[in-house]
Amino acid sequence: MFLALRELVFARGRFALMGSVVALIAILMVLLSGLSVGLVNDGVSGLKKLPVSAFSFQKGTSTDGAFSRSTVDVSVAETWRGRSGVEDAAPFGNTLVNAKTDSGVDIDLALFGVEPGSFVAPQATNGEKLSDRGTVLLGQTAEEAGVRIGDTVVVDQLETPLKVTGFLDGQHTFGHVDVGYLDLRTWQEIRAGVRQGEEVPAHVYDQVTAIALKGDGIDLAAGDEALETKSLTLEESFGASPGYSAETSTLDLIQVFLYAISALVVGAFFTVVTIQRKHEIAVLRAMGSSTGRLLRDSLAQSLILLVAASAVGVGLGVAMGAAISGAPMPFQLDFGSIGAATAGLIVLGVIGAGVAVLRITRVDPLTALGGSR
Amino acid sequence: MSAKDVPGLVLDSVTLEHGDGEEMVTALDNVSLVVEPGEFVAIVGPSGSGKSSLLAVAGALVPPTSGKVQVGGVELTGMKPKELTRLRRDHIGFVFQSGNLVPALTALDQLRLPITFGKKVEPRDPATLLKEVGMDHRADRRPHQLSGGERQRVGIARALVTRPDLLLVDEPTAALDRQRSQEIVGLLAREAHEHGVATVMVTHDHDVLHHCDRVLSMVDGILSEYVPQTVSAR
Ligand SMILES: Nc1ncnc2c1ncn2[C@@H]1O[C@H](COP(=O)(O)OP(=O)(O)OP(=O)(O)O)[C@@H](O)[C@H]1O
Ligand SMILES: [Mg+2]
Repeated sequence: MFLALRELVFARGRFALMGSVVALIAILMVLLSGLSVGLVNDGVSGLKKLPVSAFSFQKGTSTDGAFSRSTVDVSVAETWRGRSGVEDAAPFGNTLVNAKTDSGVDIDLALFGVEPGSFVAPQATNGEKLSDRGTVLLGQTAEEAGVRIGDTVVVDQLETPLKVTGFLDGQHTFGHVDVGYLDLRTWQEIRAGVRQGEEVPAHVYDQVTAIALKGDGIDLAAGDEALETKSLTLEESFGASPGYSAETSTLDLIQVFLYAISALVVGAFFTVVTIQRKHEIAVLRAMGSSTGRLLRDSLAQSLILLVAASAVGVGLGVAMGAAISGAPMPFQLDFGSIGAATAGLIVLGVIGAGVAVLRITRVDPLTALGGSR
Repeated sequence: MSAKDVPGLVLDSVTLEHGDGEEMVTALDNVSLVVEPGEFVAIVGPSGSGKSSLLAVAGALVPPTSGKVQVGGVELTGMKPKELTRLRRDHIGFVFQSGNLVPALTALDQLRLPITFGKKVEPRDPATLLKEVGMDHRADRRPHQLSGGERQRVGIARALVTRPDLLLVDEPTAALDRQRSQEIVGLLAREAHEHGVATVMVTHDHDVLHHCDRVLSMVDGILSEYVPQTVSAR
């Protein structure tokens, strides 16, 4: 470390240049992570907050369209409830609608239809629960959009009125729109496209999107076999949120590229530095410095550079992110994911540097003799 | 300690060959040499005669093709690379042609550096040693801020700070004027005598030979006594 630290100070201009590249990459990482977490929450925060272990959809539905295409019979919930490992099962409806409040706010909603009193039924922050008919509990973000308790949300085309009786704690969104919880019967009418005041065919009340299951050791495959359903764990069902897989895989890919770029840039930098130090390294080895010590010194140097630069980059990135967070875009700083990304950046940078400084072992100390050679 | 009664360097019938077959060059041809602690030996000879090769073999940088090498009483034959590195660290000092200082370090840190390489009982005090070579007024300067002679003084001090048994010096005055050359070689002689360091210096500079206790001549890999007339008649 004696030499490593003094070299950092001596060649500070060069190291600062390298450090700013790493810092910029770290800023990108933070922003990307914020966007990634923001988009994920925008897509599935409503699902994440459910006390559900798995959803049982119609047999044969593909994952990406499960919530919009699947229809199962309400009675399937009863059958699931009887199976081992299932603590509870309840019908769960999910459909996307456009709506307007009577105060004139346009609002898109993901309507979650649940039976009042079932385990999936939520409670609002003001203590309100779902009533049997025609009320809705909205995610907190809807309140930020201007909806108030006591407003009536009217579903476009169908003219179904839903009275807002409370808001839920935290973000509840699905497919980038706010979640609204309502009683299952009203939901079934909306899903079936029954206009306000029309006769409702009886079979409408038999159908629901999926059965929500709760329980730790549920044998989903066996249940699917017996009940002719297709079950997805809660985590797997995220893929059924519109755009979810495309968004997350694109962002993950960009992140992988950033890691690779950082490793290559740091590797290239330390390759040049090591080649420039070749004669010096030969002299040090002739003087009796072990290769292990020289390698450790160079790695420590790269680690100091990477940690310092990422710290600066993450700091700037978080400051910028905090500024963006206020804007109406899906962006959320999650310190766990930023921490993981930073660790990845540093580890890959050190690996890049490690490969580069390995050439220290190929320097022949004999070349220290005779200045000309 | 350097005041051991074993020789600083023993070369016993050392031969060094480079390459093989038709291309084979004999850089050292059956060379034998003993340098006692405190003895200052100079080796002169034409270019390509094997002077640097002798330093490389004595400095544990290249194993000889045949023959034995002892440094500070330690036999080098059969040593592993790691052990040779440790031997160089603990028993050998190198002074290179143009100082070859580390660019990032101040004069004083150049002297501290070898001490960080590992345990060595009682290194010399860097500040005192720097004063001894007359460089204390330049302690905070880096190599690019020093003259050639100053760099060489720091290089000598750096080689001596770990109290080596053997000091190997490769053309220390190549880049210096007459006055500076005399001072540098004078310094080497003083250090060798006062601190009992067996010193071998390779040089082209015949004007500095009067500082040395013994002068040897190397021609085509063969080491012999130096006869001044032969060279001046050239
Ligand atoms: N790595 C090597 N491979 C092959 N031949 C070598 C190698 N190193 C040195 N030689 C040869 O060995 C001989 C002695 O070389 P050496 O460097 O010891 O000479 P020198 O006396 O130091 O010369 P100079 O005064 O020019 O520095 C030369 O003929 C040289 O070409
Ligand atoms: Mg030479």
